[in-house]
Amino acid sequence: MEKLENREDLVRYINSLKSGGKKKNKKLVSVCGGPGCAVYGAEKVEAALVDEIAAQGLQDEVEIKTTGCHGFCEKGPILVIHPEGIFYPQTKAEHVPEIVEKTIKNGELVDKRVFKDPASKKKTPYEKDVPFYKLQKRIITGNNGLINPRSIDDYFACGGYKALEKALFDLDPDTILNEVKTSGLRGRGGGGFPAGIKWATAKRHEGSRYVICNADEGDPGAFMDRMILEGNPHSVIEGMIIGAYAIGSHEGYVYVRYEYPLAVKNLTEALKAAHEIGLLGDNILGSGFNFDIHISRGGGAFVCGESTALMASLEGKPGRPRAKYVHTVEKGFRQNPTVLNNVETWANVPVIINNGADMFSAIGTEKSKGTKIFSLVGKVMNTGLVEVPMGTTLRTIIFDIGGGIPKKKKFKAVQTGGPSGGCIPEQFLDLGVDFDELAKVGSIMGSGGMIVMDEDTCMVDVARYFVDFLKDESCGQCNPCREGIKQMLHILTEICAGNGKEGDIELLEELGAMVQKFSLCGLGTSAPNPVLTTILYFRNEYEAHIRDKKCPAGICKPLFHYEIDADACTGCGVCARKCPQEAITGEKKKPHELDQSKCIKCGICYDACKFNAVVIK
Amino acid sequence: MENTAVNIDWDKIDNIIESYNRDRESLLMIMQDISDIYNYLPPETVPVLARKLGVRESLVYSVASFYKTISLEPRGKYIIHVCTGTACHVRGAEKITQSLESDLGINEGQTTEDKMFTLEAVRCIGCCASGPVITVNQDTHGGLDRSSVLEVVNEYKRSASS
Repeated sequence: MEKLENREDLVRYINSLKSGGKKKNKKLVSVCGGPGCAVYGAEKVEAALVDEIAAQGLQDEVEIKTTGCHGFCEKGPILVIHPEGIFYPQTKAEHVPEIVEKTIKNGELVDKRVFKDPASKKKTPYEKDVPFYKLQKRIITGNNGLINPRSIDDYFACGGYKALEKALFDLDPDTILNEVKTSGLRGRGGGGFPAGIKWATAKRHEGSRYVICNADEGDPGAFMDRMILEGNPHSVIEGMIIGAYAIGSHEGYVYVRYEYPLAVKNLTEALKAAHEIGLLGDNILGSGFNFDIHISRGGGAFVCGESTALMASLEGKPGRPRAKYVHTVEKGFRQNPTVLNNVETWANVPVIINNGADMFSAIGTEKSKGTKIFSLVGKVMNTGLVEVPMGTTLRTIIFDIGGGIPKKKKFKAVQTGGPSGGCIPEQFLDLGVDFDELAKVGSIMGSGGMIVMDEDTCMVDVARYFVDFLKDESCGQCNPCREGIKQMLHILTEICAGNGKEGDIELLEELGAMVQKFSLCGLGTSAPNPVLTTILYFRNEYEAHIRDKKCPAGICKPLFHYEIDADACTGCGVCARKCPQEAITGEKKKPHELDQSKCIKCGICYDACKFNAVVIK
Repeated sequence: MENTAVNIDWDKIDNIIESYNRDRESLLMIMQDISDIYNYLPPETVPVLARKLGVRESLVYSVASFYKTISLEPRGKYIIHVCTGTACHVRGAEKITQSLESDLGINEGQTTEDKMFTLEAVRCIGCCASGPVITVNQDTHGGLDRSSVLEVVNEYKRSASS
C-alpha cells in the first residue's frame, strides 16, 4: 500500500478509487457477515455464491462482498443485491443458483425469496421499503452493508476519512472542540456525559493526554459496539484521530472484549491499514500531528466498563474502580488526563465534523442529540440492531420497527440499560427515548440494550437474574455493593422459591436505597435499578409470589402448575405426544387430562398448544 | 490445585512475553495468549511471568484470578460457553445448561474427566438475535434447544474420537 504524505495525496488516492476499479453497471452482492447471520450459515451462502458466479462466468460483472452486520438479525442470512437494493432474507446455499440466474443475470425478482412483511403481508422486494429499515435513520450503521470491514478502500469510497482531512487542514483543534460541544453529542456508553465538555476538560489539564475507546461492551443483551467494530472499524479510528487532534493527544487505546474475536481481528487489520497508508503514526498526512492507537483485550469483567476500572485494567492490574474525587479527565490512565468514550460515541465524531454541529443537533430531542443504536431483542418479532433519532417512542421501536410481540402474546415490559437499567411498563410506551426521559421513569439509556418482555416473563425472576449477574460482577472492594447485592439476591431467590414473607418487598427497597447511595462506583449505585423498577411497576407480581404463593407468568417452578382447560381443549393430542413424562392422557377429540404427580413443569405442552388450553394456575 | 502433567514449552512462553516487549501493562494479554495454547494458565508460569515483567507474584495471581478469561486450573480441549445474557436467558438458556450438564455429567464450571469438555457460563457474546447461543472454542451455534444442543456437542465428540 502506498503511503500518503500529504493532503493532495489523499485527495488523489480517493479520486483514483472513484474513477478506476469499478466497472460500470457492476453488480454488488452484499452478504451480511455479522454474528447473527453467521450463526444461521451466512458463510455457506457466500461460498455458494462464489461458486455459482464462477460457474456462470460472471466474475467481471459481479462483486461479492462479505460485510459487517446489516442489523436485521432475525431474518439472517441476509443478501442484498445492489445497485437496485434487492433484499433477500433467510437465504440458504440452495437458493443461490436461482437468485444468480434470475436476479443477477436477468434482473428479475425471485418471487419466493422476496421479503414479505409479517404485519402488512405485503411483499417488499427492496431494502429501502422494508419497514424494519424504513423507519430507521441509519447515520452510523447505514454504510455497514456496503463496506468490507477489512478494506480501507471501501471506507474511503463511502466518504471515509473526509472528516479527518477537514479536521487536520481546515479546522484548528479548538474549532473541532467547539463543534463537538455545540453538536450536543453525549456519551453513548451509559453515562450520557457531554463529549465536548469531557474533551475540553481533559485539554485544560497538562500531561501526556490519552484518548481511549471503551469497547468492553458488557451489558448482556447489547451488541451495537460489536456491530460497529466488526463492520466499520475505520469509523471508530477516524473519530479517535480527530478527538486526539482536538485535545492534543498522541496515544490512544481501544479496550475491546476478548469475547469478540472478530471485532479484535477486524480492528487489528484496520489499524494496520491505517498505519500503512499514513493515517496513523508520525506526521499524519504531513500535518505535523503524531498519533497512534493500540489494542488492549479485556478479560471478561463487567466492572471494567467503568472508567477507572478500565484504566486500571489497561495498566495491567485487576480492574477495580477507585473513588473519583479526581476525575479521569484530570488523572486517568497512567495518572494523565484521559478522554474515554465508547465505540458508538467515537463513530459519531466523523459525522459531526462532516456535516457540521447544526446538522447533527437538528436530529433528536432538546437535550439528547443525534441518533442512538438499540439492540432490540427478547420477545419481539424483528430482533436486531435499530438506529433511530433520539426521542423516537418505545412504541415505534418495538411495534413498528420491531413488529410487535410474537405469538400474539401481550407486551409486559421493556428492559433498557442492561443490568443497571430498569423495566419500563406498558403505560410508558409512548415515551420518547432519550437520556433524560428514561431516567424520569427510573431506567437508564445504558449502552442501548432493549429487551422486550411479554406476559410469560416473570418480573421477579428478571430482577433476580440481573442481581445474580451483578453479584458475580461486583469487584468486591466496597461493602454496600458486595454485601448489599448478595442480600438482595438472597431475598429474591427465596421469593422465587416460594419462601417469600411479608416485609421482603420493604426490605428490598431499603437495601436498594442503601446500595444506591453508598456504593463506590457506578456498578453499585445502579445495581438496585432492576429491583426497584420492577417493585415500582410490578409490585402485584411480587405480592402474588409472597402472599398467594403464585407466579402469574409461570416461570418460578414451585409457584405454579399447569392445568388443561377442558372447555378450550380440542383433544388434538399434540401435548400428549410431546410430553416427555407421559403425564397427559385422553381420548382423541376429547378434553385431555394432566397428571400433576408426573408433571415436571417443563412447559413443552404450554408452548405446543395452539388453543391456549394449557393454562398456568 | 490439581497437579498437571502438561509440558510447558518455555521457548513459546518467552516468545509471547517478548512479543509484548516485556511490557507489564500487557500482563493480561500475555496470559490470554498462553491460555490459548494450554486452555488454561499453568501456575508454573506465574513466577516466570513475575520475574520477566518485573512485577510481584501476588499481582500476577491477582490479575489471573480477577478476570474470567483466565483459569489457573486445566480446562478441556473444547470449552463450551453457554451464553446467559439477558436475551438468551428469556429464551431459555437455563434449559441449555441443564441439558449439557446431564449429558456431560458435570456441573457448570467443571471439566469432564477425560479433559474433553469444560462447561462455563458466559455473560452475553453479542449474538442476542440468535439466542439461545453457545460457543465451542471459536465456533458459535445459535437457535438451540434442549436436544439440538446435544447434537452440536456430539459433533465435537465425533471429531475428537476420529
